[in-house]
Amino acid sequence: MSDAAPRHPVVFTRVGIWRGARVALPLWIGMLPFGLVVGVISAGKGLSLLETLLMSGIVYAGAAQLLALEMWTDPTPVLAVILAAGVVNIRMAPMGAALSPWLDKLRGWQLWGSLATLVDHSFALSMAEQRAGGRDAGFLLGMGLSLWVAWMAASAAGHVLGGAVQLPAGHPLYFGGIAAFSALLVPLWRGPGRDLAPWALAGAVALAAQHLGVAPPLPLLAGALSGAALAAWRETR
Amino acid sequence: MILRWDVLAAIIGMALVTYLCRAGGYAVLRAVRPPPFIDAMLRNLPGPIFVAYVSLALDRIGPAGVFGTAAVILVQWKTKNLSVSILAGVGAVWLWQAMV
Repeated sequence: MSDAAPRHPVVFTRVGIWRGARVALPLWIGMLPFGLVVGVISAGKGLSLLETLLMSGIVYAGAAQLLALEMWTDPTPVLAVILAAGVVNIRMAPMGAALSPWLDKLRGWQLWGSLATLVDHSFALSMAEQRAGGRDAGFLLGMGLSLWVAWMAASAAGHVLGGAVQLPAGHPLYFGGIAAFSALLVPLWRGPGRDLAPWALAGAVALAAQHLGVAPPLPLLAGALSGAALAAWRETR
Repeated sequence: MILRWDVLAAIIGMALVTYLCRAGGYAVLRAVRPPPFIDAMLRNLPGPIFVAYVSLALDRIGPAGVFGTAAVILVQWKTKNLSVSILAGVGAVWLWQAMV
């Protein structure tokens, strides 16, 4: 396959970082409701604003924070919430590996700092950028930093507003996060010949696992890995 | 501004584990070159991972979510504009809830 092989050398520039930051701006809309909820729940669980911002700032992983906050008590169940973060975030391990055509050319803070800002959205759009021939790895860091700013602002707003913004469960705004993930599928689609069967298998396996009562995040991982395995088998046989 | 030691320990622990997840997969790959099949799997991971995400969420949300996702994909495909498509999805779910 040639879609990941650099034809020009990979670079890491300020221009690339800015471009990533700008491309991420529309995704702020998908992130704000999620961040607001994390802030509201943090306040409800008795975390101070400083503690909330520290968590959003250095953990920076919405689903993991939500799950940990669900189990939060006073005193804090330290080991349980750390374990929860690992279980939810293990999905990110193969993402860093998949970005290797860019990351292999980076060293030091550019490499390990870019990885620190890796989130689902920056992964999806960086892969699409890579496939389209993008050679500036600063794009990944720029997206990660831009979304981090939105994440901090939304968690802070949620904490400060507290009960005042309590939206009922099922409010359409909560769909913003899923809407963002749905939109990210479009630039990743390379046509039915390559993607239809692996994508269908991924969805079917994930749903089957969820209906069999398999605990999260295994349905997600099983679906993603089986779809990727089918695509890999068709490419390499 | 309060910062309690047990809360601080939990947050730092969560951050370390999360960083291990973010950087660990790549660190292993950098040390051990993967066989071609694993390499091909990694290149093909993005689509399946987001399809699995969205399918699981739609299974929980129901028809309003399916309608919303269909609107997002249609608008993103036609306009290539992320903000417009995300707003279209939220609007579609709102519309569905208002009608049903």
